[in-house]
Amino acid sequence: MMRLVVVLAVLMGVSGIPDVTISPPTASADTSAHPNSIPETADESEQIKARTEEGAEEDVMATGELNPNHYPARRAAQVVQHYLNTRYGSPFRLIGVQTVHSGNAEDVADSGRKYQLELSVNDIITNTTQTCSAELFFPKGKGQQPPEVKASLEELLKIDIKAQEEALYQKYKTNQTLMSAQYLPDSHGHIEPDMKPFWHLGILASSFIMLNESTENTLYNVAQVANITQLTTEEDHLEFDCHTLLHEVVSQEIIHWKMLFTWSPAEGVKVVQMKRLPHRHEREKSPKTN
Amino acid sequence: MMCRDQVIRVNVKSEEQIHLLQALETAQEWEVDFWLDPVSTELPVDIRVPRFSLIPVKEHLTFHNIPFTVMIENVQELLDKEKAEMEANQMKERSTRSLNFGAYHDLNTIYSWMDTLVADYPNLITKQHIGVSYENRPMYVLKFSTGGYNRPAIWVDTGIHAREWVTQATGVWTANKIATDYGTDASLTSLLNTMDLYMLIVANPDGYVFSHTNDRMWRKTRSVNPGYACRGVDPNRNWDAGFGGPGASSYPCSDSYHGPSANSEIEVKNVVNLIQSHGNFKAFISVHSYSQLLMYPYGYVCSSANHQAELVRKQKTEQARNVCHCLNNVFKSNLIRARDQASGGSIDWSYNSGIKYSFAFELRDTGRYGFILPADQIIPTASETWLALKHIMEYVRDHPY
Repeated sequence: MMRLVVVLAVLMGVSGIPDVTISPPTASADTSAHPNSIPETADESEQIKARTEEGAEEDVMATGELNPNHYPARRAAQVVQHYLNTRYGSPFRLIGVQTVHSGNAEDVADSGRKYQLELSVNDIITNTTQTCSAELFFPKGKGQQPPEVKASLEELLKIDIKAQEEALYQKYKTNQTLMSAQYLPDSHGHIEPDMKPFWHLGILASSFIMLNESTENTLYNVAQVANITQLTTEEDHLEFDCHTLLHEVVSQEIIHWKMLFTWSPAEGVKVVQMKRLPHRHEREKSPKTN
Repeated sequence: MMCRDQVIRVNVKSEEQIHLLQALETAQEWEVDFWLDPVSTELPVDIRVPRFSLIPVKEHLTFHNIPFTVMIENVQELLDKEKAEMEANQMKERSTRSLNFGAYHDLNTIYSWMDTLVADYPNLITKQHIGVSYENRPMYVLKFSTGGYNRPAIWVDTGIHAREWVTQATGVWTANKIATDYGTDASLTSLLNTMDLYMLIVANPDGYVFSHTNDRMWRKTRSVNPGYACRGVDPNRNWDAGFGGPGASSYPCSDSYHGPSANSEIEVKNVVNLIQSHGNFKAFISVHSYSQLLMYPYGYVCSSANHQAELVRKQKTEQARNVCHCLNNVFKSNLIRARDQASGGSIDWSYNSGIKYSFAFELRDTGRYGFILPADQIIPTASETWLALKHIMEYVRDHPY
């Protein structure tokens, strides 16, 4: 199986194809062996050669010190992002990974894999950054078990968003008509300023799903909030029905999820129900025969 | 409003008829309006008759044995149509003379604009029809050339994945940039004086149209997969380079479906045919979104400021360090990554075909907006990409092989 490692390119200094001992990956190459850099030593090149000749079946994960610029670390960092959003996110606070500084991964007996990361995250709305240490555990075994994450934010929590949250809550608790919006942002990336908090709410609710669905081999983003509709409720929170499109970068699939969630300044986002919607093709009509 | 007013034409035969018609004008209650005045028997007379007067006017003409024909059955309809046409022409004029590069355009607009670009720069650009898509849409390449015969060439494609709208938009901006900078930018001018540049702005026209009309998140081609309700093949898994290997799916409904065989997609085959029959391409650059990466087959790392690029360490050239630095600055964040490239990709094929300088760009952003990048980021994205693209092209120019 073919596996090319594609990295940031450096054109410079290349007068020809540099001498590398890595042969073009052949069908027998191991999926997970990435030659991340030109091997410096004969040993390394032997290892890489051996890996590329292995069968496709074995999934050998990057272990030990991770290259912070490479995808295994980046995928783990994204999981931390989703976790932080489920825990600290708000219509007025959205967390994003900025840089991974260092990372480490190791097998934990037969139960799973543990990651340790040092990263910088930022509050996307105010563009404020802070460093963050995180620990993750991806359980092994049958069935999709969600990863466990340990990470916290202090600096970013100091930014006061209470007033904005209260204002939003009051406005929509007392509005005459329930809000409903489609396609946030729209096809052209446009979103009305007063709809942004609902885009963010859609992302936050989706973060619970993205966190649950993540593995070491996935990388999720919210592609778009297709629909978010306010529902009536007597409780001390706002309630929404929401349909979002998630983009899973490794497979390139767009996955539709429907959620029922609540939000209040006091409680944050709580997802009450979530349901994965059928793949596009199951909703598509059959093609006309040409 | 002239709803259902009609214009009737009289071919006058006598002076008497002329007088009669002239008298008609004074019949105020009928409110007729002459578009062609009754002046001589040589010329027809055209009369606009308001709806409420149609019956009496026609009876009057019939009574006096003046034959007439209805020229325009409904004036308002005609006015509406004309207005619409004018507006369309104005739009067209606006878009072709000065396309808004900071907006996303549909296929027809891009294709029309390409024609005006070619018309405006006839000594530099030609449009080549390289084949059709699955749904029979033309595929056009813009060839930038200052002459020569089969000069060494650089290939750039955008829009192979339909939903990556910032790439087609970047292609448009870049083509315009090259056209306008040729002759004024010394480096670009010297490049085009020795090399040709081929740009395929919409590499997947069917997918692009579908992403406008039906599904913004469409990625693949629109070919029919026999036996399946789902259409399309991932055109960047369909190239003949490790076809069917990891990172590509064998399930037609998957967004990374590799297709029944390498080059099964006509959109891919058209490019392969062009590249192979040309035989003198020196660089092949494919533009995608999103992630903000620049990728090269076979793993060379352009590292951060702390580390020398592997290749730089080997070659120790100032130029190399500068280019690396430039690229680092150009692609703002997360420049340096390794990612599993999937099998059957275009730059793998081009590299294996002997086109040494094969790259894939992933443009903005890193996931916040993803595919639906706000239009106001098109020009900044295209500009920063141009810096990197230009550097690569200059490098290729300076290192002929």
